[in-house]
Amino acid sequence: MSGSRRTIFCFVSLSVLLLVLLCADILLGSVSLSPADVWAALVGGDPDSTASVIVTRFRLPKAVVALLVGAALSASGLQMQTLFRNPLAGPYVLGISSGASLGVALFLLGMPLLGLSASGDLLRNLGVVGSAWVGAALILLVIMVVSVRIKDIMAILILGMMFGSAASAFVEILQYLSPEGALKSFVIWTMGSLGGVSSGQLSILLPVTVVGLLISICLVKPLNMLLLGENYARTMGMNIRRVRGLIFLSTTLLAGTVTAFCGPIGFIGIAVPHVARMLFAEADHRVLMPASMLLGATAMLLCDIVSQMPGYDMVLPINTITALLGIPVVIVVIVRNRKVF
Amino acid sequence: MDTQRIYTIELHGLSLGYGDRILFENADIGFGWGEFTALIGRNGTGKSTLLRTIAALNRPLKGEVWLSGKPLSELSSREIAARISFVSTDEVRVTNLKVADVVGLGRAPYTNWFGTLSADDRQRVSEALALVGMSGFARKSMDTLSDGERQRVMIARALAQDTPVILLDEPTAFLDLPNKYEICLLLRELAHKQGKCILFSTHDLSIALEMCDTIAMIDDGRFYYGTAAGLIAEGTIQHLFDDTSICFDAVTRGVRLKF
Repeated sequence: MSGSRRTIFCFVSLSVLLLVLLCADILLGSVSLSPADVWAALVGGDPDSTASVIVTRFRLPKAVVALLVGAALSASGLQMQTLFRNPLAGPYVLGISSGASLGVALFLLGMPLLGLSASGDLLRNLGVVGSAWVGAALILLVIMVVSVRIKDIMAILILGMMFGSAASAFVEILQYLSPEGALKSFVIWTMGSLGGVSSGQLSILLPVTVVGLLISICLVKPLNMLLLGENYARTMGMNIRRVRGLIFLSTTLLAGTVTAFCGPIGFIGIAVPHVARMLFAEADHRVLMPASMLLGATAMLLCDIVSQMPGYDMVLPINTITALLGIPVVIVVIVRNRKVF
Repeated sequence: MDTQRIYTIELHGLSLGYGDRILFENADIGFGWGEFTALIGRNGTGKSTLLRTIAALNRPLKGEVWLSGKPLSELSSREIAARISFVSTDEVRVTNLKVADVVGLGRAPYTNWFGTLSADDRQRVSEALALVGMSGFARKSMDTLSDGERQRVMIARALAQDTPVILLDEPTAFLDLPNKYEICLLLRELAHKQGKCILFSTHDLSIALEMCDTIAMIDDGRFYYGTAAGLIAEGTIQHLFDDTSICFDAVTRGVRLKF
């Protein structure tokens, strides 16, 4: 199969799969609803029926969140892998999600400790997302500065893990000091949940994620140039500072916002770009970027369906499912030791 | 430097170094159109630094580099990219990255934000591949190529960038002897037939002396420049082997043990 044919074939089949999973995600859940009920709810039947409430208030927003989260984490993972020329880079592994968690912990746990409280939903949501951005941005900034001096892939990864551990240690101290109420809300936050995103939060998550994704689409040409290395990219006229700044902005927005509202979700950002590379047999970001977004959204829908255990009255934390799905991919990448960069 | 002539690269009182360490001072040299020049010197004398400074990747300590009659500092990164292409020592062996895409990236200074290649761009890409003898490799992935093939692809990428100057940092390192000669012959032909100014650093002294129009040599903080015959006659090349157990034989143009 020639390159472009394979690309088209993969895009079409992934889109079909995405639609099927999207329907399944809305159809399946702890309460079993008939497809007719769901359809009626979607096209605006009786808005007060149980089915309608379940579908429009819970399942549909959750499916939209899954799409956004999957695309966002995958796009940020792809950018980081190319920027750091490191196949194992990703928002979770490099400690950027941990940075965001620390920011959120400081906001959710630290503020009550200081006797402050954010009253009102909007203020609280903005506080959570703002502190996640600051936390994610700080870690990313340090890693970018260090990576200019240290070119060793492993050193950067270990550094990211150290940051992650340091952030977790701080969070634990905060937890230890915190009263029960604040602690409970924080622990629930750390479990990561797509369904916990309120409509108020979605109204922040949606536009910010879309902006982050648009920036990453605009970066496909410089990302391609970076595949050849920084020297080549710069001598081909690329403004390295501006490109680094834009990758920084987009990654902070994407990974920070997702972590703020859904908790730390691991292994999607690192695994999905690799699966996209294998499926499409491409290195060109004009293909890889949309492919990773599409594949990430699909994978996240799948994780969501599995996590809600259709037919059972329980929901598994989403990050356990993403870990179980993503880790084998990461292991394959390490074992095959393919020269991705 | 002949002030009447127009040079593609001019070094004006150029001094290079890092912090306190000075590599060389006050170099005043001009490289012209169609000139194929080897840059030689021992390890750590500043060959790469000079190439990187000309390509605006490093800043000089003192002095200035001029490109086609304009100082580097007055050119935007885009304008520099249209004047100089650089083949670095970075190895590009990305899995799934197609040869044609790498060469196509050479058109980056001229393409839109998405990097879309026009019909003219694609034409230039296939011409560049043909010039380096890699036409049949367009759809191959970079990780499947040999070192020599990869070097040709990187040279084709520089050709696609369509610049009057091509700088290459040790393009013959890691190649076997036939490939070293093949790459140098290719570069010389590009300089002479396409009128490019080609400057490359190398440790292959015999190839440099045999094939290049001119030699630039950095030794002990000084910059030497001239034809191979001239530099040999002046005894300049011999400086490379001061304090070593080998010496340069001006007759055979090779090296031999002193004892």
